[in-house]
Amino acid sequence: MARTAKKKDVVIVGLGWTGSILGMELANEGLEIVALERGHDQNTVPDFQYPNMIDELKYGVRLGMMQKPRNSTLTIRRNVDEAALPYRSLGSFLPGIGVGGAGTHWNGLNWRPQLSEYRLRSHVEERWGAGIIPEDMNLQDYPVSYEELEPFFDRFEHVAGISGKAGNLNGKKIEGGNPFEAPRSREYPMPPMPVTWDGAKFAEAAKAAGCHPFPSPGGIASQAYVNEYGMQMGPCNHCGFCERYGCYNYSKSSPQTAILDALKRKPNFEYRTHAEVLKIEMAPDGKTATGVTYFDEKAGEEVFQPADLVILAAYQLHNVHLMLLSGIGQPFDPATNEGVTGRSYAYQMNGGYTMFFKDEVFNPFIGTGANGMSIDDFGMDNIDFGREGFIGGAYWRAGQSNGQPIRSMALPAGTPTWGAGWKKGIGEWYGHSMSIGSHGSHMSYRGNYLDLDPTYKDRHGRPLMRMTFNWQPNDIRMTQFMKSKMEPIAKSMNPTSMQEGFKKDGAMYDVRPYQTTHNVGGTVMGDNPKTSAINRYLQAWDKHNIFVMGAGAFPQNTQYNPTGMVGGLAYWAAHAIRTQYLSNPRPLV
Amino acid sequence: MKTFLRVILILAVLGVVGLLAFIFVPVQRTAAVAQLPADYKAPAGSGEYAMRAGDCMACHTAEGGKPFAGGRPIHSPMGTIWATNITPDKETGIGNYTLDDFRAALYDGVRNDGAHLYPAMPYENYRKLTEEDIRALYQYFMTEVPAVSNKVEETALSFPFNQRWGIRAWNWLALGKPGFEPVSQDEQFNRGAYLVQGAGHCAACHSPRNLLMAQDGTDESSAAFLTGGEIDGYTAPDLRGPQSAPQKWSTEELAAYLTTARNAHSTATGEMMLVVRDSLQYMTPEDNLAIATYLKKIGSTGGSTAPATPSAAPEKAEVTDTEKMLTEAKADMPLGPRLYLDNCGGCHFVNGKGAAEIFPELDGNSLVTAKSSKGLLDVMLHGAELPSTKDRPMRVRMQGYNDRLNDEEAAALATFLRQAWHNDAPPVTAEDVKAVRR
Repeated sequence: MARTAKKKDVVIVGLGWTGSILGMELANEGLEIVALERGHDQNTVPDFQYPNMIDELKYGVRLGMMQKPRNSTLTIRRNVDEAALPYRSLGSFLPGIGVGGAGTHWNGLNWRPQLSEYRLRSHVEERWGAGIIPEDMNLQDYPVSYEELEPFFDRFEHVAGISGKAGNLNGKKIEGGNPFEAPRSREYPMPPMPVTWDGAKFAEAAKAAGCHPFPSPGGIASQAYVNEYGMQMGPCNHCGFCERYGCYNYSKSSPQTAILDALKRKPNFEYRTHAEVLKIEMAPDGKTATGVTYFDEKAGEEVFQPADLVILAAYQLHNVHLMLLSGIGQPFDPATNEGVTGRSYAYQMNGGYTMFFKDEVFNPFIGTGANGMSIDDFGMDNIDFGREGFIGGAYWRAGQSNGQPIRSMALPAGTPTWGAGWKKGIGEWYGHSMSIGSHGSHMSYRGNYLDLDPTYKDRHGRPLMRMTFNWQPNDIRMTQFMKSKMEPIAKSMNPTSMQEGFKKDGAMYDVRPYQTTHNVGGTVMGDNPKTSAINRYLQAWDKHNIFVMGAGAFPQNTQYNPTGMVGGLAYWAAHAIRTQYLSNPRPLV
Repeated sequence: MKTFLRVILILAVLGVVGLLAFIFVPVQRTAAVAQLPADYKAPAGSGEYAMRAGDCMACHTAEGGKPFAGGRPIHSPMGTIWATNITPDKETGIGNYTLDDFRAALYDGVRNDGAHLYPAMPYENYRKLTEEDIRALYQYFMTEVPAVSNKVEETALSFPFNQRWGIRAWNWLALGKPGFEPVSQDEQFNRGAYLVQGAGHCAACHSPRNLLMAQDGTDESSAAFLTGGEIDGYTAPDLRGPQSAPQKWSTEELAAYLTTARNAHSTATGEMMLVVRDSLQYMTPEDNLAIATYLKKIGSTGGSTAPATPSAAPEKAEVTDTEKMLTEAKADMPLGPRLYLDNCGGCHFVNGKGAAEIFPELDGNSLVTAKSSKGLLDVMLHGAELPSTKDRPMRVRMQGYNDRLNDEEAAALATFLRQAWHNDAPPVTAEDVKAVRR
């Protein structure tokens, strides 16, 4: 029998970026709030402190900051004919754990999608007609425009502390920035980071090829910074321990540097760690939630936390899982293409070239997760989908993130993977390679979805979530297009040798190698309750006091890293809750 | 001969009587410096504000104890003095104190039973409080602070310091005039002076002590006032010399430091961090600006804004030999700078300039070059944390390097810091490190 905790106005599930943002915004409304975090508490010092944190074996390889599959995982299959098996060893994607969530171990890459991406279906239909949309592609518009979101992107970027160079200020093109970005109302809060030689070299080649390179925007402080909450960052020293690590230097944008100490001062805010939410509980009429049941790890018991407002702010996969377990939204059925929860799971289609230069020295140990120069010349806004035969786009980036010895030693194909030959290869090539990455969009399809697994259960006896996902021809055509455009630019840099890594026709999803932790969709936002789980304010269509944060809201994945959009949507939703919902709780659409 | 003996006898009797009188005749208490009506009501909040300004809580609250219930040990050169319970509890606190009793404690350092307080209670400074503030404080402690029954350990110093009556003589020599008299036409300066000299009791740490262990000056008319002192073995830096922080920093920067424990140059550590945490962050922006204005004006440069120092040097500062050495990072670099690169440079950088409000400057930092290396070593070994304040809520924490540096290494690194860039302070030994390590 679950113990019942004292009722709160708001319960927030998960204390990462979106949980912290909603906590802050709603605490400022005077509401009594509790955030429930399944993981541990963590602070820069002592949890990320030097030199303990810069241990590649512990954190880079053994994934010390990630969730343990034995505590929490899902099953995966590539199509409905396969039997899904539990993801027992993290590979393809790495969900984090603990206060700060993925916001502590990300690379810091921060983007706003391009203008066409918010209304992609309309954009395609207007320009080329619905005929070019593959039959099994569930292509949708975002139910909110860029113009509406702009102030909230801006807010997030200034809270998070993003370094970068504007290329389009209120419609005016700015030399040195990204000419293809959507117009922004303000400069980035900090100037761009300095660029390493590989980025500069790529920019030179890209420019010669007629492209428009600009410094990559990222949540890595280029100088001392104070945000609107009085929270602070210190300038980065380019140690290269960003992704998979917590920053020991207060230099990477995270809930710890941007929000948490300010939030913890609020007397009406409280958070509990080791508190894993098991289910959202519903009122008898099924129209609203009454709170959540969580497992209190320290007490070893279940606790019911009543609340008037439930904010799902866990990682995308966990939000979808909780919604499926709690009966929020009709589960998606691929046979009929009906149902909303679990619909339109999408990922990211990435590729790239690695080049080896006998006579170049790159000093790869200098870097950051968001380092380098990018181009958006092959972004969605610039591609003739009708002519090229796919829907999608990518941004490219060259910029070393680290020179860590276990995972960051690129070797020319054919070099032995162990023994004397490997050592010789390392001696010859360490520090002499660079790469260009293509970071591409991924559309949503009827066959890629999330539901509850019929076989496997977690340690609480709940069914695991099941992912059914495979690469699709449209996105492979997109990435092959990128390869054809990148090859001549890479060649123009005159490497001693080069090798490509782009998915080819017929490629099957492989969960073993790391690809990206950009899992999106499953709780998509839309203006039609038949094809979306949440409305334009991230409010559950069928339970108005549940709001669902995170990348689950993306109808299909954008060509960029998702954090900027996740942060912008969180501020957008928080604004709607504050200004429209609290005074009169109801369905806002 | 008889006459002589008689004289001796009379003198002896007089002496004994005098001594007995000195010990037993009650001390004359200082009267109120202004006549306020008996039913005077202090403005709402002014008592708590004066308490914050006086930082009463810092000493009179034990670690983890109830506010003002006493029991915190104050380490003095004479031994441990236990802070008393100043809640309005009648048995164990000050519940029986009349307004006159209360004023006597703050002005004269006398308890309501007539015994002398040890001057760990800074009545040398509280003596300057206005009657309005005395009333506000009295009302606050009697009506707003919850009574807590907490019997605090009796202070038991060894002889002769356990003879409290001896303090009477000390008081004759140490105590100045009661109340505060403004000396300037500038109201901001006067307000700053009042806060610094009175409630703020800055001189208790920042003024040197004279031969009698009294503060060498309790206002700016004394040359030694606020020119640096010592607290528990730590150096409280000079606030008036040309290289002192108030003289090098702008008034606004100094005020920001007082309000948030951090500014463009430095961060507060040790006792000063506690002062910001418990006291200064609660002052109004105007009051902290007034304090800064006063400190700047009474310094050697008299508040002139002319750049006096490296930290105020133009943008293109010269590259020091230290910066050059750290940048080149040659293999034969000595141990100190090598350890700096391995442990410190990531935040404080090769130029020792750090970053505004988060990584303090080490070049010209008064903690680094302090007479006593205890503060520097303590931060190096055990780390430091900034308090969460309203304007700057982040508890920025520097990690300690206790586990990473042995005594010789810590000494080499500290010595390097004390002599790097423009710094010029004596070296540190492994024994110094050993004494600080905990």
